[in-house]
Amino acid sequence: MSEIPWWAGEGLWRKVAVWVTAGSFVVLIFLTFDSIEAISAGSQRVPAYSVINQQVRYEFDAARNIQKPVIGGGAPLFGQTLDEAEAEALVTLGKKTVQAKNCMNCHTLLGNGAYYAPDLTKAWLDPAWGSETARETLMLGFLMDPTANARTYGTGRRMPKLDITEQEARGVIAFLKWMSSIDTNGFPYNFKSLAQESRS
Amino acid sequence: MSIGENNLQGLNGGQRLAVKYFVVALALFGAQLLFGLLAGLQYLKPDLLYGVLDFSVNRMVHINAMVVWMLYGFIGSVYWLLEDESGTNVVGLKLGNLAFWVLTAAVGVVVLVYLFVQIGPGTDTTLWLINEGREYIEAPRWADIGIVACVLIFFFNVAATFMKGRWSGIAGVLVLDLVALAGLYLAGMFYTTNVSVDQYWWWWVIHLWVEATWEVLVGCIMAWGLIQTLGAKRRIVQTWLYIEVALMFGSGILGLGHHYFWIGTPEYWLTIGGFFSALEPVPLVAMVVHAVYDAGSHGFRSSNHPALAWLIAHAFGNFFGAGVWGFMHTLPQINLYTHGTQWSASHGHLAFFGAYATINIAVFYIAVQGARGGVWMSAHLPGNGWKWKWALALLNVGVVGMTVALLIAGYEQSFVERAIEGSTWAGYFAGQNHPWFLQAMHWRMIFGWVTLLGFALLVWDLFTIGAGETREARDVHPGEAATA
Repeated sequence: MSEIPWWAGEGLWRKVAVWVTAGSFVVLIFLTFDSIEAISAGSQRVPAYSVINQQVRYEFDAARNIQKPVIGGGAPLFGQTLDEAEAEALVTLGKKTVQAKNCMNCHTLLGNGAYYAPDLTKAWLDPAWGSETARETLMLGFLMDPTANARTYGTGRRMPKLDITEQEARGVIAFLKWMSSIDTNGFPYNFKSLAQESRS
Repeated sequence: MSIGENNLQGLNGGQRLAVKYFVVALALFGAQLLFGLLAGLQYLKPDLLYGVLDFSVNRMVHINAMVVWMLYGFIGSVYWLLEDESGTNVVGLKLGNLAFWVLTAAVGVVVLVYLFVQIGPGTDTTLWLINEGREYIEAPRWADIGIVACVLIFFFNVAATFMKGRWSGIAGVLVLDLVALAGLYLAGMFYTTNVSVDQYWWWWVIHLWVEATWEVLVGCIMAWGLIQTLGAKRRIVQTWLYIEVALMFGSGILGLGHHYFWIGTPEYWLTIGGFFSALEPVPLVAMVVHAVYDAGSHGFRSSNHPALAWLIAHAFGNFFGAGVWGFMHTLPQINLYTHGTQWSASHGHLAFFGAYATINIAVFYIAVQGARGGVWMSAHLPGNGWKWKWALALLNVGVVGMTVALLIAGYEQSFVERAIEGSTWAGYFAGQNHPWFLQAMHWRMIFGWVTLLGFALLVWDLFTIGAGETREARDVHPGEAATA
């Protein structure tokens, strides 16, 4: 055994394995505390749920050289201004509906999920809705009956009917509007937003 | 002991339990391929089963069957090696058997609910009883709790058996890894409305399982497998195992950051995630060197040729699928365009197959050899072993073919949808309608069928190899105890 050089010994590498693992994990814990604070609802990166009362735009930021969400003036969803608790309840209904209908196994959210249907990160800002004024009604109609209001762009892929109620659909739209306000470090890149009248 | 006949009584208790896990794993492997084929076909024929088994359902069953069959393969592998490695009988074997039946019944119920109930209203009840709607960990909450209970029983059995018997380097790494594996699952067991926080913890489960704890678990199985099939020296494989753990956790734990580029998390993750995930291929290179060097230094004189071939396939598959394919799109400057495209699907196919399916199949062959009374499975098998060789070739060609087809689709999508069109829905569909994309989907389908053919041959081979064989397995440990 004395022929084994020190750097090839089992004992040395056992210690290295333990210390490297523990060290990496400790760093991850510290970063996790910092990150969770930075992305709590109401932070600079992830706005409060009541952001659905305001206009959300996605604009180029010259200093960071990427696009970022810009929160504008009042633009209440479905014309109703909600307080923080009501807004959270509506977005929560939307998020639970998104999970209960298994949206993520066709779509991506923040780029994560399946690739059979478009990403939903900026669905609220997509030019597919035509105009700011038509958007809410079109989204509501589409979610409640995606078969009749199919948007296949020539692929033949239709969203199935998922028995989404009107209240659930409103929740999903609130969730999508709120999600579009999250600062995602410029993802999706080069996104061409729906034309919106600037309200500040 | 009779040679060449199925003789489960000749196995130890842990091994008999392992066989049960392997049988279910194989069935779920079949289900994974079947539902993958359906989902793949829906890209080409979107009306196929529309409103009956939609893409979302097929895709969910496809990825869930994969995760579960791999876990079954891992649990089975550990039970298979447990008594040999610890030198004593499995502690809590009855409890282990009970956990197997409970877990299998739960998996059955979850799959039936996925297929026949599919979705529910946007309430907590749906998330508890039907579907949690979070990719890879869709299992409803009741099943999460059952999974944790069964994994804890498994962990207890493994730790208690080593404590009663003897510890080894492999045993120590294995037990600590199982603590992490079970603990991390808890990070995915709560609801939050904040999608950024949701995905933060969701990646703790997915990434720290697949790119850290699973990798170390298969490192343990690989170490044991090389001792088993080649008679490699324990001191050498254990030293390698420690080096791999250091490199794997050293790169993989903070490599988690490559999932935190675009979900709302701070910009420092671009640097941390990019740097550490760029290092993630390093341990996988080490594993290739290790496996090939050991095989070569023993002149490829193995006790089990199919198992050794699959172990080598694992080393290369892990390096290319997880390492190279991951590295190719892990830096944020590239990931900005490739994130959420077929690029990820390409990487996913080669990585899961290369890193995990392969090593499970290797252990299946070791188990089959044991279950037939320790039969000869080296060179000069009947028919020159054509079935295992063709199964190996077809499965690898099939998965590599799908990977390359999806890679082409991913490049096209990154270019057309993202770089040119600006990531709108119109841009997405412009990418999906492009002839390059459509051709890639056809090629993916063709190689999907090749994979299925390979699977069919594999099952046939596993049920027949060694049957009627009269020669005993080659002894690769001349003059020493098998686990000394």
